[in-house]
Amino acid sequence: MPPLLALRDVDARYGPLRALHGVTLTVDEGEIVALLGANGAGKTTTLRAVSGTVKRGGTIELSGRILRREGPEAVARLGVAHVPEGRGTFAELTVWENLRLGAFTRRGSLDGDVKRVLGFFPWLDGRRAQQAGTLSGGEQQMLALARAMMQRPRLLMVDEPSLGLAPLVVSEIFRILKELNEREGTAVLLVEQNARHSLAAAHRAYVLEVGRVAFDGATDALARNEAIRRSYLGY
Amino acid sequence: MRQRLVWQLVVIGGVAAAIALLPFALSDYHRSEGADVAVFAIAILGLNIVTGYTGQISIGHGAFMALGGYTTAILTHDHGWNDVATLPIALLVGFGAGVIVGVPALRFHGAYLALVTFAVALAVPQLAKNYSHFTGGTEGLALPTHTGLWLYAVGWAAVAVVYALTWLLLRGRTGRAFRAVRDSEVAAASAGVSLAVHKTLAFGISAAFAAVAGSVYVLVNNFVNPDVFGLQLSLYVLIGAVVAGLGSLWGVLIGAAFVQLLPIGLTSSHALSSQAVPVIFGAIVVLVMALIPRGSAEVLRAAVGLPIRVRSDHHSSTPHSLEAR
Amino acid sequence: MLAVAAIRRPRTVSGWIVPLLLVACCIFLLIGSLQSSLFAQQTVSGLANGGIYASLGVALVLIYRATQVINFAQGALATFTTYIAWQLMSWGLGYWGAFVLTLAIAFVFGIAVELVAIRPVERRGNVLTVVIASIGVLILLEGAVGWIWGSEVKFMPSAFPARAIHVGGVAFSLQDLGTIGISIAAVVVLWALFRFTKVGLAMRASALRPEAARLVGVRVSWMLSLGWGLAAALGAVAGLMAAASPSVLLQPSMMDGVLIYAFAAAVLGGLESAAGAVVGGLAIGALLNLLGSYVSWVTPQLLLPAAFVLMLVVLLVKPSGLFGRTHVRRV
Repeated sequence: MPPLLALRDVDARYGPLRALHGVTLTVDEGEIVALLGANGAGKTTTLRAVSGTVKRGGTIELSGRILRREGPEAVARLGVAHVPEGRGTFAELTVWENLRLGAFTRRGSLDGDVKRVLGFFPWLDGRRAQQAGTLSGGEQQMLALARAMMQRPRLLMVDEPSLGLAPLVVSEIFRILKELNEREGTAVLLVEQNARHSLAAAHRAYVLEVGRVAFDGATDALARNEAIRRSYLGY
Repeated sequence: MRQRLVWQLVVIGGVAAAIALLPFALSDYHRSEGADVAVFAIAILGLNIVTGYTGQISIGHGAFMALGGYTTAILTHDHGWNDVATLPIALLVGFGAGVIVGVPALRFHGAYLALVTFAVALAVPQLAKNYSHFTGGTEGLALPTHTGLWLYAVGWAAVAVVYALTWLLLRGRTGRAFRAVRDSEVAAASAGVSLAVHKTLAFGISAAFAAVAGSVYVLVNNFVNPDVFGLQLSLYVLIGAVVAGLGSLWGVLIGAAFVQLLPIGLTSSHALSSQAVPVIFGAIVVLVMALIPRGSAEVLRAAVGLPIRVRSDHHSSTPHSLEAR
Repeated sequence: MLAVAAIRRPRTVSGWIVPLLLVACCIFLLIGSLQSSLFAQQTVSGLANGGIYASLGVALVLIYRATQVINFAQGALATFTTYIAWQLMSWGLGYWGAFVLTLAIAFVFGIAVELVAIRPVERRGNVLTVVIASIGVLILLEGAVGWIWGSEVKFMPSAFPARAIHVGGVAFSLQDLGTIGISIAAVVVLWALFRFTKVGLAMRASALRPEAARLVGVRVSWMLSLGWGLAAALGAVAGLMAAASPSVLLQPSMMDGVLIYAFAAAVLGGLESAAGAVVGGLAIGALLNLLGSYVSWVTPQLLLPAAFVLMLVVLLVKPSGLFGRTHVRRV
């Protein structure tokens, strides 16, 4: 069975600047994979390469199907939900409208999806008419996740979910990600600077350095390796 | 450097000679058409100075032409002035008006300025119709006629004067300042070049030239009324500037010839009715914007190998600077 | 697209001035109408003109919100589609049949113009080149109208019989009331589309944050074309109403002046607020008409310059328009 997501020798550039130099990684069905590394290592760019928001070379396959130069709209329709850096919430629209947009690619009634999502985020129920931009940072991040969940993606890509959030909120978010993965089998590709939480939540991890994979492995093995932890993961 | 200068002088000399000799090969009627081309050349040159050097798009230059035209008409008709003597007056009046308009125009960028000038182009004929005791209203003012040769000579002499003024201006310190503003507003400002002064100056100069163009236009038509300077005129000047290449000084003659002669050529060959002309013009504007946003200047540069200076990217100013969020 | 949240309670003193001004205007109009039947008639016919300006103004706002482009061809598009309606009627189609068919044609035509003339320019250029291209489209369409149908003035039948309705002893033209009704209805239908449908939501999202919209699967470029189509349809409504009104004659340049008033209305409301354009349009229509009737030195030729001055003042003093909202800052 082909992996859900496979990147082979992917490079990407921003104008004259090359951000990725041949990244190779896979994500299998039902896995949580963490993408770690320092600032500027190319983590965000890797996600962008998958969702088609940046020019790239190399091969990207989704369940064996090769992605040609599809734009983000097409990739979303193939079942990939990308929660970008900065969350991509529509601040000017209401919570409810954000959720509806999340389900844009789905047909039919949304009731089932809404119930599901409210199961994870019950507090959203009373806030449907609230303008999304007036939510707190943590609430916006959760709204972004909720929106992605409405899409019923096969692969959820999340970029820096813990950025700027209080520790309690961060824990909550990671708990929800794990629960989503266990309950529904959604695969998650997670980009994070906060290595400790990621290694705890993920099954496998890749460490990126200057646009390529420095090494990878199961998270418990990586967590136990002190040398790697100290030099690459900062703790 | 020297070779380039020599080459430029040769081309200028050649073009000037061609223009000077042309009327002797033409009928009197065609000579006055040649004068019309001169009118557009002057107006387009003015527009290109303000767009090419400061990125201010104006669709209202017909209003400045109206100013010059009515100045000439009123001075000649009501006060018995000599026609040619009114041209320098029109120049000054135009300059004054341009500076007055240029000051508030500083606050508008890009599309907003186009919007405001568009409204001006429509509003001015209305004003002219309203204050008819000055302007002769819709009936207009009639002026003495002249031979085609006289008109051609006056028109192209004015073109020569205007080009010479431009050359003198762009040589000195002002020219360097203009070029600095063109290449990078930020760098210019930080080097102490006053953006406000130079942008307003450019506006004043372009209005002055448009006014002179309007004066000659009135002389050629020996008649003036508010509809003469309507929206269509402003749009045609813009079309000419677009074809010439916004920001180019060389393409101006091509742009002027295009705007004046294409309609005439089409209708006299009975290929298409005169009504089809705006359709073609409109299509060409869209095509130019889609394919060669810098107009004929780019083509010229490639074909002749002349070092034609074209504004690198004055389109970077956005309308956003106006919005208070 | 239109005010997403309900109009928010202004927090500062200056925020109260505009609603206060509006209420004062309404009271003024109401009292005047009750006092004098001429006043009432002029107010209503002014509002009818205003409805036309408002429709075209909303079309302008639609496109500006999505693309930051000021579409100079909006009026010419309206003219072209109005002539198509005239043609349909001269081929024997009834008024309302032609009306509906014209709206559909305008919708398709608007999409076509976006695909053929605007998209290629946008790809290579920037806002300014697109604006110039829209001027090119303006020239082309007005020329096309003259070429296909000739530039002599034509007669356009009206939807409404030339009757008067008597309300409280004052005679109002059915045409005026009908125009107000149709313009408002058109804008409301559009609002409902944006507010309640999935497509409308997608269009709003595309206008607000195109990149984020792509990530949820919205085909942003299609939404853009749709926007142009809707704007063209709304413009067709404005054109049809204008041609039927007594002050505008069916000729190629018929929407040039209306375009300025529509711009003034849109600017007054803040180029990104459709509700503002509606209020602005109605206000400009009513006030200019009253000005023309009651102030002796205000001749018909001065009305356009007056609107221009108003637009200029707003742009200089409060560029975000009278209804400029403080948006939630984008993170």
